[in-house]
Amino acid sequence: MAGTAGPGTGPGAAGGDGDDSLYPIAVLIDELRNEDVQLRLNSIKKLSTIALALGVERTRTELLPFLTDTIYDEDEVLLALAEQLGNFTGLVGGPDFAHCLLPPLESLATVEETVVRDKAVESLRQISQEHTPNALEAHFVPLVKRLASGDWFTSRTSACGLFSVCYPRASDAVRAEIRQHFRSLCSDDTPMVRRAAASKLGEFAKVLELDSVKSEIVPLFTNLASDEQDSVRLLAVEACVSIAQLLSQEDLEALVMPTLRQAAEDKSWRVRYMVADKFSELQKAVGPKITLNDLIPAFQNLLKDCEAEVRAAAAHKVKELCENLPTEGRETIIMSQILPYIKELVSDTNQHVKSALASVIMGLSTILGKENTIEHLLPLFLAQLKDECPEVRLNIISNLDCVNEVIGIRQLSQSLLPAIVELAEDAKWRVRLAIIEYMPLLAGQLALSEACGQEITTKHMLPVVLKMAGDQVANVRFNVAKSLQKIGPVLNTDALREEVKPVLQKLGQDEDVDVKYFAQEAISVVAQRLRKPDFPAKDSEEPSAPGADKNHFLRARGPEEDPGKVQREHAARAASEEAVEMARFRGTDVAKGPAYQLHVNPRDTLAQLEIADLVHFSQSRD
Amino acid sequence: METKLPPASTPTSPSSPGLSPVPPPDKVDGFSRRSLRRARPRRSHSSSQFRYQSNQQELTPLPLLKDVPASELHELLSRKLAQCGVMFDFLDCVADLKGKEVKRAALNELVECVGSTRGVLIEPVYPDIIRMISVNIFRTLPPSENPEFDPEEDEPNLEPSWPHLQLVYEFFLRFLESPDFQPSVAKRYVDQKFVLMLLELFDSEDPREREYLKTILHRVYGKFLGLRAYIRKQCSHIFLRFIYELEHFNGVAELLEILGSIINGFALPLKTEHKQFLVRVLIPLHSVKSLSVFHAQLAYCVVQFLEKDATLTEHVSTSGGQGRPHPCGSDSSLPQLPQVIRGLLKYWPKTCTQKEVMFLGEMEEILDVIEPSQFVKIQEPLFKQVARCVSSPHFQVAERALYFWNNEYILSLIEDNCHTVLPAVFGTLYQVSKEHWNQTIVSLIYNVLKTFMEMNGKLFDELTASYKLEKQQEQQKARERQELWQGLEELRLRRLQGTQGAKEAPLQRLTPQVATSGGQS
Repeated sequence: MAGTAGPGTGPGAAGGDGDDSLYPIAVLIDELRNEDVQLRLNSIKKLSTIALALGVERTRTELLPFLTDTIYDEDEVLLALAEQLGNFTGLVGGPDFAHCLLPPLESLATVEETVVRDKAVESLRQISQEHTPNALEAHFVPLVKRLASGDWFTSRTSACGLFSVCYPRASDAVRAEIRQHFRSLCSDDTPMVRRAAASKLGEFAKVLELDSVKSEIVPLFTNLASDEQDSVRLLAVEACVSIAQLLSQEDLEALVMPTLRQAAEDKSWRVRYMVADKFSELQKAVGPKITLNDLIPAFQNLLKDCEAEVRAAAAHKVKELCENLPTEGRETIIMSQILPYIKELVSDTNQHVKSALASVIMGLSTILGKENTIEHLLPLFLAQLKDECPEVRLNIISNLDCVNEVIGIRQLSQSLLPAIVELAEDAKWRVRLAIIEYMPLLAGQLALSEACGQEITTKHMLPVVLKMAGDQVANVRFNVAKSLQKIGPVLNTDALREEVKPVLQKLGQDEDVDVKYFAQEAISVVAQRLRKPDFPAKDSEEPSAPGADKNHFLRARGPEEDPGKVQREHAARAASEEAVEMARFRGTDVAKGPAYQLHVNPRDTLAQLEIADLVHFSQSRD
Repeated sequence: METKLPPASTPTSPSSPGLSPVPPPDKVDGFSRRSLRRARPRRSHSSSQFRYQSNQQELTPLPLLKDVPASELHELLSRKLAQCGVMFDFLDCVADLKGKEVKRAALNELVECVGSTRGVLIEPVYPDIIRMISVNIFRTLPPSENPEFDPEEDEPNLEPSWPHLQLVYEFFLRFLESPDFQPSVAKRYVDQKFVLMLLELFDSEDPREREYLKTILHRVYGKFLGLRAYIRKQCSHIFLRFIYELEHFNGVAELLEILGSIINGFALPLKTEHKQFLVRVLIPLHSVKSLSVFHAQLAYCVVQFLEKDATLTEHVSTSGGQGRPHPCGSDSSLPQLPQVIRGLLKYWPKTCTQKEVMFLGEMEEILDVIEPSQFVKIQEPLFKQVARCVSSPHFQVAERALYFWNNEYILSLIEDNCHTVLPAVFGTLYQVSKEHWNQTIVSLIYNVLKTFMEMNGKLFDELTASYKLEKQQEQQKARERQELWQGLEELRLRRLQGTQGAKEAPLQRLTPQVATSGGQS
C-alpha cells in the first residue's frame, strides 16, 4: 500500500509545485489512522484535500481501497466519512468513475449506528444521480440488491431508501427486479426493516408506473397498514398521503379509503395520532368529495378520541381543515359538523387539548363571518378566557386581533371587558397577575382599531388597572406599574396626569423594592410623554414635569418628533407586541429587575411561567 | 336484576372519560404553583382499554365455585370467566362500584380455585381462560404522562385498574404453574401473537405490572418450547428498536433479567444466533443513555455469556452484506471475548462519568473470567482506555480504574504481560501522578507505579528515562503534521485557482482533466 513513493520523502518537502508524488499515500493514511480520535476526525473532514493531493488516479486506486478495507472507527469518524464521500465524484474523475465510491459507502450503509447509515444512504442517493444509466445498472443496482438481501437488518434498512433513486432510470427488466426486492422488504421478518420500507413507500410509489402503483403498492400499503406492530402501521398513514395523490377518485375510494378509515379507528392511539397529525395533507390528497364523506366523520371521532394526545393533534388541525374545505357550503359544514365538537373541546379535561384548540380557534372567525362569530364563537372565547390553564388564556388573548377584524372592536370589548374586569378581582393572585399582564396588549389592540379605542381604554380598562395598584401582592403591584408604562402612550394626557401619575407616584413609595423600581421606570416614561404631549395647545400651560421623577434618566421611547395619532398607533402596536412577548417570557422580563436573575430557555413557555411564578412568590411580601 | 347506579357515576361514553367537565369558576387557579407538567391532573389512563366497553351489562354475583356440585363446576367456571371479561372504568373511582366488587370477588375465587383445586383445568376451559386474560391485560398502553420520564427520578404512573389487573396476572401465573396445566393444549391459544402482545406490555410504566410480566414470560418460556426462539427474536427486536430508534422502553431491565436466566441454560457450543445476540444486541445496549436503569442485568447477561464461552476460540462471523468486513469493529477474525471487550471499548462513554464507572465495573467482571491467552489479544487497547480513565478529572472514574490493580487476578495478568501493559499506561500514569487534583488519586497512582517498579524495575527505569524524549517526539510530530496539512492546503488552493479562477468553487465541479493536470488555465 505504501510502496508508491520513497519513504524518505517527508511532508516537509511539499513546498514544491504540487507534484502528486510528493505526498506518499502512507503519510496521508497515517493521518487517517492517528491514535487521537479528534485528529483522525480532522483528517477525515479534510479527505477531499487529501484526495486532491493524490490526484484522481491514486484516489481511486489507493485511497478508496484503503477506506473500504481498513477503516475501523468510531461512529463519529464514520459519519464524517460517509458525508465526505457524497461529494467525491469530482475527486475520483467525474461521473464515469462515480461507481468507485460505492464500495466504501456500501460498508457504511451496513453499520449499526443509524446516523452513519442514514448519512451513507444520503450520499449514495446523491451519487446515484451522477451515474450514467449504464453505470447505474452495472454498479448501483447490484449494490442495492446486495443490501436488500443482506443478512443483518441494517443493510436491508438502508436498501429501502435507495429504490426510488434508481427505479426511474432503470430498464424494464431491472425495474421488475427492483419492485420485487421492495416487496419482499415490506414483509420482512424484522420490524425495523418493515418500518424503513413503510417510511419509503410513498416516495417509491411516486416513481412507479400508475399500473404498478395499483397492482403492487396498494397491496403493500394495505398490508403495512394492518401490520402487527403499531410503529409500522403509523408509517403507512404517512405513505397514504403520497399514494392518494396518485390515484383517481374512484380508485381512491376502492383501494385506499377502506384502509384509511381503519387507520382512523386503529386500536393504537399512536396510529390515530398520526392520522390526526397528517390530517391536512390527507385532506388535500383525497379531495373535497371524500373529505366530506369520510374524513369529516373521522375527524369528529378524533376530536373526541379517548386519548388526549390524539385530541390535541386533531384540535391543532381544526383551522386548517376548515380553511381547506371548498368555499361552497363551507359555512354549513363547519357549523353543523365541526363546531359542536369544538364546543366540547373547550371544556376538555386536558390542558394541552384546550391549549391546542385555543391556538387556532380564533382563525375560524374569518371563515365564519361576523354573525356566526358573535353568536357561536364569542361564547367559546369567553369560556377560554376564563380557562384555568394560563396557556389557553394566553393563546386567546394573543390572537384577538383576527377576531377584531371580523366583529369590530366595540363588539369585542363589550363582550370581553366584563370578563376581564371580573378576573381582575379573582381570589387567586396569579389570575390577577395574568390579567394585569394582558392589559397592555388589550389596550394596544383597542387603540389600533378605532378612535374609540382610547375612550374604551380610559373608561373601562384604566380603572381596573388602577384599582389593582392596591393589590396586596407585590407581584401584581409592580406589574401594574409596568402595565401603566405601556398603556401610557395610548391614553390622553388628562388621564395620564390626573389618574395615572398619582398612582405611579404612590407605587414609587412602595415598601417593596421591585414595585418601587418599576414604578419609577414608569414614571420617567410617563413624564416624558407629558412633556411632549400630542396636543401642544392644551398642555402648554403645564410645561414642567412634577419633581418626583426629575432625577431619573429618561428613556427614549418611540418617535418623539411625530406626535398625535401616528405616535399613538405606533406605541399601541409596540405595546401590544411587547405585552405578548412579556406575557410569554415573564421570567426573563422580570430578570431585568434589580433583585434577581433568571436564566431559562425562553422557548419553554411553561417552564418560564412556573419559574417566574415561584420567584415572584418568594419575593412577594404578603 | 338490580337497577344501575345513578347516571352521574356510570361509565360514560368514550367521548368523555368520566372526569368533571368544567371546573367551577371559583376554583380557577391561574397558575399551578409547582411544575405544570407534574401538577397537571392525572389523565385518562386505562382509557385506551376502556374505550371498547360501551353498553356494558351489569354484573350479578354468581354462586361460589365451591358450593356447586362437580358436575356444574365447569359451567359455572365458564360463566365466571365471562364475567371477569367485563371491563370497568377505574378513573372514575365511584363508577359502578358494585360491578367492580363482583368482578374482584370472582377473580379472587378463580385465583384460589386454579391454585388449589385439582381437576379444574380441563381442555374446554382453556380458550375461556385465555380469552379472559387477553381481554384484561392486552391493551394499547396510554401515552406517557411525562414524555421525558426518567425511571430514576420520576414517580411512575401506576395502572389505575390494578385492583383487577393484579388478580388477573395472579390468576394467569397460577394457571401456568398449576400441576394440571398442559402446554400441549395451551399452545393452541398461547401463540406467537399472544407472546408478542405480552412483550409489548413490558413497556408499562407500572413496575408492579412489569414484575408480574417478568415471572409470567419466564414461565411461558419454560413451558412452551415452540415459542422460545420466537421470544428471543422478539426480545432482540425490542432491544434493537430501543437502541437505534426510540431509546424508550420501560421493561428493558426485566427482559434482560429473563434473558440472563435463559443464557444460563444455553447448550454448548453456543449457536451463532446466540453469539450474534451478544455482539450485536447486548453490547450496543451499553450505548443507551439510560444504561444505569438496567446495567446490573445487562452486565450479568454479558458475564453469563463469557463464563460459558471463555474457552471458546472458534471464529464468529457476524458481518452483514456479502463477506465484506464489517467496518465498525465486529472483526470476524476475533474470538468472542476479545470481541466483547472491543465492543465495550467502542461504546466507551465519552462524557458521562456515571456510565464510565459502570463500564469499569463490568470490565473488571469480564477480566475476572478471561483466559490469559485472550487477555493478550486485547491488553493494549484495553489498558490505553484504562489509562484514559485514570486521567479523568472525575475522581470516581479515576479511582474505579485504579482499583483494577487491587484485583489479584488482573494484577497477575498485568505482571505476565508487563512488557506491553506498562508502556501502554506508563506515560499517562506518570503525568497524572504529577497533575491530578485529588490527593487520593495521586497516592493510588503512586502505589500503582510502585507495583510496576517492583514488577520490573529495569523496564520501569527505561520508561522513566524515555518519557521526556517521547514528549519531545510528540511535539515534533505535531509540527510535522501541521506542515503537512499546510502544504496540502496550499496545493488545494493552487489547484482551485488554476482551474476555476474562483476560490470558492466546490470541489466536485472539478473536471477530471483539469484536476489532474494542475496549473492549466
